[in-house]
Amino acid sequence: MPRRTDIHSVLIIGAGPIVIGQACEFDYSGTQACKALKEEGYRVVLVNSNPATIMTDPEFADCTYIEPITPDCVEKIIAREVAQLEASGERGKLVLLPTLGGQTALNTAMKLDQNGVLQRYGVEMIGAKADAIMRGEDRQVFKDLMLEIGLDVPVSGTAHSLEEAREVAEKIGRFPVIIRPAFTLGGTGGGTAYNREEFEELARRGIDLSPVNEILVEESLLGWKEFEMEVMRDRKDNCVIICSIENFDPMGVHTGDSITVAPAQTLTDKEYQIMRDASFAVIRAVGVETGGSNIQFAVNPDNGRMAIIEMNPRVSRSSALASKATGFPIAKIAAKLAVGYTLDEIPNDITRETPASFEPTIDYVVTKIPRFAFEKFSQADPTLTTQMKSVGEAMAIGRTFKESLQKCLRSLEIGRFGLGGDGKPMRVGTELYPDRGELPKDLIRRKLTVPNADRIFYLRHALRQGMSVEEIFQITKIDRWFLTQLRQLVDLEEELATAG
Amino acid sequence: MRAILALEDGSVWEGDGFGACNTTVGEVCFNTSMTGYQEILTDPSYHGQIVTMTCPHIGNYGVNALDVESWRPHVAGFAVREVSPVVSNWRAEEALPDYLERHGIPGIQGIDTRSLTRKLRVRGAMNGVLSTEGLSREEAIERARAFPGLVGADYAKEVTHAEGFRWDEEDAKSADFRIATGAGETGDPRTLRHPLPPADIPIIAYDYGIKYNILRRLRQHGFRVEVVRADASAEEVLRRKPAGVFLSNGPGDPAAVGYAIKAVAELAKAGLPIFGICLGHQILSLAMGGTTFKLKFGHRGANQPVKDLDQEVVEITAQNHGFAVDAASLPADVRVNRINLNDQTVEGIRHRTKPLFSVQYHPEASPGPHDSTPLFAEFRRMIEARP
Repeated sequence: MPRRTDIHSVLIIGAGPIVIGQACEFDYSGTQACKALKEEGYRVVLVNSNPATIMTDPEFADCTYIEPITPDCVEKIIAREVAQLEASGERGKLVLLPTLGGQTALNTAMKLDQNGVLQRYGVEMIGAKADAIMRGEDRQVFKDLMLEIGLDVPVSGTAHSLEEAREVAEKIGRFPVIIRPAFTLGGTGGGTAYNREEFEELARRGIDLSPVNEILVEESLLGWKEFEMEVMRDRKDNCVIICSIENFDPMGVHTGDSITVAPAQTLTDKEYQIMRDASFAVIRAVGVETGGSNIQFAVNPDNGRMAIIEMNPRVSRSSALASKATGFPIAKIAAKLAVGYTLDEIPNDITRETPASFEPTIDYVVTKIPRFAFEKFSQADPTLTTQMKSVGEAMAIGRTFKESLQKCLRSLEIGRFGLGGDGKPMRVGTELYPDRGELPKDLIRRKLTVPNADRIFYLRHALRQGMSVEEIFQITKIDRWFLTQLRQLVDLEEELATAG
Repeated sequence: MRAILALEDGSVWEGDGFGACNTTVGEVCFNTSMTGYQEILTDPSYHGQIVTMTCPHIGNYGVNALDVESWRPHVAGFAVREVSPVVSNWRAEEALPDYLERHGIPGIQGIDTRSLTRKLRVRGAMNGVLSTEGLSREEAIERARAFPGLVGADYAKEVTHAEGFRWDEEDAKSADFRIATGAGETGDPRTLRHPLPPADIPIIAYDYGIKYNILRRLRQHGFRVEVVRADASAEEVLRRKPAGVFLSNGPGDPAAVGYAIKAVAELAKAGLPIFGICLGHQILSLAMGGTTFKLKFGHRGANQPVKDLDQEVVEITAQNHGFAVDAASLPADVRVNRINLNDQTVEGIRHRTKPLFSVQYHPEASPGPHDSTPLFAEFRRMIEARP
């Protein structure tokens, strides 16, 4: 099927200034989309307020608006472009591609849809429609949808009394559980209960504090393994997985702050295929018509239970990683799919001879490690939580996980040349410990228990100082396979150091 | 334990041995699947082959009693970049090296599997020797050269079950696997399964080296499956009055199984609905009067794009074959309805008037994607549509 001929111009919304959680990955995806659409002969209209982007270079779009990315501004741009298009007498319409500029672009597009601007000017959203974006973004709607199609999500329920709260806890069947009072400022009064006493206490307080006397009781997935799937879909409903990603850090640390590894390493084929089927079910149910989505899963290491955490109905940070990890240009292909092509009509960038309708398979391991800058923000809490704190990341490719991890640690520009053995001392507060020195056991234990930016280095010290993989697993819930890989690096370091 | 892998062209890789202390000879081929080594090892189609995985980390999730595709592993040898020193998966029951040792299969690790794969891609499939018992380079190369190879080899006879059997209607031999949902599910999660429909359509499945997941899928689609040996005659099958016949996957050269081609030609003539997979697809094609040829390097992996020319959709498929059907050789009443998008080779055929169809790939997957599972329902519909 050829590309759509009813389109004249495509409006792409960029991501604006770089902030934590939204960095240059959206310049990368947006630039790819501009190139891909221009190649197809469309007029590309771009709005982005960030001058330090490739996409705002004059050659990438036919018309670049350096303007604030607000619904009002974009409305004016739409009005101007539509008027110009009408005046020109050329055929075709203006459409909006909202899925390549991160959350900023998505939110702006959604506002324009809600306030009727898109409808007023007859601007169609391509890639993903507003209702699909809403289904993917609204937590409750998404959760209900998942249950409707038979997929698993964290068990939860609302309660207005201690009785009801106990019933929900009963349904969940184990601790910890999370308690969230409804409509309290900043979620005050919520927390995680690790046993029955804490639960009763938190539930009672939560119900009291909530102005509507309501709490949400939810199963905690803390310590479960975390996975991501990068999915693409075309308008003929062909679906492919571009990349599977396994997080080194288990649930509880934001994916952006986690060390991540591609491809997934600890799933049997049976489990992987169930995850693949679920990913397709999600993208279909949410209704992302064309393009890429990122779907996150939590897996219980004890019984394989697979809960869907969330989905991004757009190109994401992980898409950039997956593109570079596999050679499959997700943003570029997403742009081509949005204007009507199907996967089998687009050539594969790497082979040039075979089509893009395939699933990349790799004979290497890709590791991504986040880069933090806590030293620049003395007030910031360096504990890693579900809120993203890293300011950037590095990725490395190696034939084994160990090789890619070592290369990635070197790439971080933090002065380290790998996990250790590089002679670099470790600074803890005001203390300076030599590279091959001993750290206090309680310090190591504390640093393993609470996720932090330097945890990978404390893992080395823990292994060096005789903690077993099993012991570390019980504390961190980092998969034993990853820990064993670190163990091998530590063993090699010892071998080299003692060889003289 | 030192190990050596030598190819007939004189190239040699030296590494560490794992699994059994043994020497083995076979055709060396590579598989690009990133998961599913246990299913690959136990797939009878790999009989007589030394398999290397392009994925560098193998053995991470161990092996378990359920993820098997037959009663034992069939590969001649296993070559990988790195075997995991630890097993990390809740379903694991055994470590990969122990499993291979138990079955007398030698493995080699710590070799540059990428250079091996590249060689096989450029030169095509080659014969080789894998030894973990101290064979010299010269000896190993010598023995690789002496190996007659797969062309003309009837391996189906070697892997077919000794006697026919009825596939257990409860599917208990190797239960299908389902994941626990919700917080409330208790009991051993490994035994969770989907309910089965009644087994009401009697069919015969030819076992040229059949994978369990084919039998599981057939059962799940309501077939009552009677498995017969590869050399079962058409009369024997017709005597049992089946509603349809299934032709399985299997190892070796399709042109070498003359007895199977003859039987299938007779069954097709008798008007029975027939569905074939992999070797079964090649045998059906040969029975229709087509020919097969050896591919330079076979399709082995879980990411092969196949286009359904009628529906115009693409399935990502699991494949494992070294031979292919020559499209030009097929008679006019047989139509190619599926092709491989990578090299345009034949992936599926369908008879224009008779209830016959087959695919070169593995709709039962295991390992691999489930995109093509609907083919089993198609077989069922084909049988039900008959008067």
